[in-house]
Amino acid sequence: MNKFVRQLLPFGSLMLIICFLAAYQPDTFLSLDNFLNVFRRSSVNGIIALGMTYVIISGGIDLSVGSMLAFSGMTGALTMIAVGGEDPRGIALFIGTIVGVFAGLCCGFLNGALITKLKLPPFIVTLGTMSAFRGISYVMNDGQPYNVPSYKYLGEGVVFGVPVSVLIFILFVAVAGFLLRYTRLGRYTYAIGSNREAAFHAGVSVDRNLIYIYSLTGLFVGIAAMIATSRTVSAQPTAGIALELDIIAAVVIGGASLSGGRGTITGTIIGALLISFLRNGCTLLGISTNVQLIVIGAIIIAAVAVDQLARSKAEAVQDSN
Amino acid sequence: MIQVNPKEKSSPSGIALRMTNVSKRFGPVQALADVSFTVRAGTIHALVGENGAGKSTLMKVLSGVYKPDKGSIEINGNPYAFDKPEQALAAGVSMIYQELDLAENMTVTENVFLGSELPGKMPFTVDYKAMVEKTAELAGRLDFNVNPTAVVENLSTGDCQIVEVLKALMRNASIIVMDEPTSSLSESDAERLFKVVKELRGQGISIVYISHRLEEIVDLADDVTVLRDGMVVHSESVTKLDIPQIVRYMVGRELNEFFPGRNATIGDVCVRVENLSSAGNVRDVSFEIKSGEIVGMAGLVGAGRTEVAQAVFGIDKKSSGKIFLDGRELKINSPADAISSNIAFLTEDRKRTGLCLQLPCSWNITLPNLVEIGMKNIINPAKESRVAAEVAERIAIKWLGPHAPVDSLSGGNQQKVLIARWLLANSRFMIFDEPTRGIDVGAKKEIYTLLNNLAEQGKAILFISSELPELFGIADRILIMHRGRLAGNLRTGQTTQEEVMHLAAVEKN
Repeated sequence: MNKFVRQLLPFGSLMLIICFLAAYQPDTFLSLDNFLNVFRRSSVNGIIALGMTYVIISGGIDLSVGSMLAFSGMTGALTMIAVGGEDPRGIALFIGTIVGVFAGLCCGFLNGALITKLKLPPFIVTLGTMSAFRGISYVMNDGQPYNVPSYKYLGEGVVFGVPVSVLIFILFVAVAGFLLRYTRLGRYTYAIGSNREAAFHAGVSVDRNLIYIYSLTGLFVGIAAMIATSRTVSAQPTAGIALELDIIAAVVIGGASLSGGRGTITGTIIGALLISFLRNGCTLLGISTNVQLIVIGAIIIAAVAVDQLARSKAEAVQDSN
Repeated sequence: MIQVNPKEKSSPSGIALRMTNVSKRFGPVQALADVSFTVRAGTIHALVGENGAGKSTLMKVLSGVYKPDKGSIEINGNPYAFDKPEQALAAGVSMIYQELDLAENMTVTENVFLGSELPGKMPFTVDYKAMVEKTAELAGRLDFNVNPTAVVENLSTGDCQIVEVLKALMRNASIIVMDEPTSSLSESDAERLFKVVKELRGQGISIVYISHRLEEIVDLADDVTVLRDGMVVHSESVTKLDIPQIVRYMVGRELNEFFPGRNATIGDVCVRVENLSSAGNVRDVSFEIKSGEIVGMAGLVGAGRTEVAQAVFGIDKKSSGKIFLDGRELKINSPADAISSNIAFLTEDRKRTGLCLQLPCSWNITLPNLVEIGMKNIINPAKESRVAAEVAERIAIKWLGPHAPVDSLSGGNQQKVLIARWLLANSRFMIFDEPTRGIDVGAKKEIYTLLNNLAEQGKAILFISSELPELFGIADRILIMHRGRLAGNLRTGQTTQEEVMHLAAVEKN
């Protein structure tokens, strides 16, 4: 099995699920509404997964994205209320959105700074900040959400029949894809993940680039947080609990390696859509959410197992040369 | 404790180890060719040779890490064929590697009994008290004063070596192999280790002792075997040899037309390093390299050659010293600084610090050069592949194309990818650390020619190597490192390999 086939595998599985659902539930599944719905639901997770792709390619992990989502949303909504009163509108919503996104960026920067300056493993740092960001989100309004009843545009807005959140997702797919493929940041991300020592010896400023990578992830989480806030017209301190697992699953199903150096934006999008369609299909087929968890768990393990098998075969071929 | 005269106890006819006609080939490199190696019971047998002579390979065959292509092993008269290290261990062969494999946060006793703990009265328990007593008894037999419940990370390196010996004794080893045991020990720790080694001999255990320190060998060993290019060139009782003779056997190769003729014009001083010291074992090293000059650097493993390069290149922190390039002082705090100051460093460890193995060859070649090839902000993949392919062609890399991952290439071609990287960087001062290690003869010759061409282009080259013939073959001068200091600076035309080896291996009085 060559590299191309391996990358095709998640895509093939995605198509298989779609065909299966189309055959079994043509009326409900094949409607445009349902597709837009799936894409809209994918947009929040998808945008975060873009950032996580960078982190995982660099050989790291970010467990704090779920808590960061809650914190950014809470900060954004709090700003809206502080600027615009009980039912903020117009410019207050705009300022709040910017502040919320910026809050995400700061969280990501903090993760990156702690990882590089204290030389701690990303797992530990983000495990800590996962707890801390969540705690701050609860403390901000005593565990209560902030309601912003008029903040509807990002969640419900439609441009030319396409939801705004889906357009934002597509925009950031392009941005993330471009950065990863056509800039030094992207190249250094691969190099650091593949062999950190070698990257350092080749003149890569490892620390600085890791801070960029985690900050970028924070920025993406901030954007996703404002979409999530807009969808429910409120910022929930409980938003995004256990979200990091779904995100990591999407990236890994998309072919990224947790040991670093491997992964693509295309793969991640396929991974995120795969999980979304699976959820959607299960719902349409009347499978309970509890059972969905089992199915998704099995898919994660199967995806990585197939990938490992393919790789060990490829290595066996190399050794015999 | 009863003192036994070692010579009395080891029966003269007793042979502890007999390896016969052992051969081992790695790809194009014949690491061992028909090596026969015999160790008498209850003796210390020194195994010497230059780096790459095959000492480690031979010992890895003995300890079951490598399977020989042919040849046989006999231990205490019984034939063995090892597939796994466990089998060698069970047959009484214990290896003590340079990098000790002790569990650092466990106690001496736990380490000594690791994997063979004494069972306690209850199932799934161990009898720690009995183990402590046994450890103390083993240590007592060697006259080694250590607290069996001390945690290993609190011990000195010398004590750790001896804990390794205890581990071997615990496993009833009859042959203990020690690989460069004193390379990181202080004088007094080394003395203590020698005492222990002699004690072991007194108890009838055979020791294979690998070392570059020749004074040590003459003092300690009973017999010596010299390996060169994977073959045994000499094996004799130490009493019949002296240091200069051993050196001659180690080096004794003819220089031939293998090396390209030098006709670079040597210009002005290009690189000047003054009083360089670093935390990584470099002490007060100063030298100059002129443009067009190839300066070799010789020294034993651990003498600080790579560390000099690492300090210059900003990998290790300098504690003092200045570096000048074309008269301008450089501020170098990281490899990034060094690269932008026009310095290149080809690492000796291409897997660990050189290449990103699963990434494409072209990416590896352009990694430090993206800004220089005009891709500061945006990478143009098509142009990048073209640039990489052009450099690759100059040194004839065999690959499936610039997009092939580096790990799909052979070792020699991987090395060339790394060289291509620094050719593309086109630096003024180039440091090559063991560029020919582990590659076949043909590829070596290509690298010599390449170094020569670079010198002709007026670059300053520092060429670190453990192989004296190649240093003599292409360097204009040789710097000799000994224990972190510069022990000599000689013109290749006015010295001999024996003199260089002597400066590198023998403590000055």
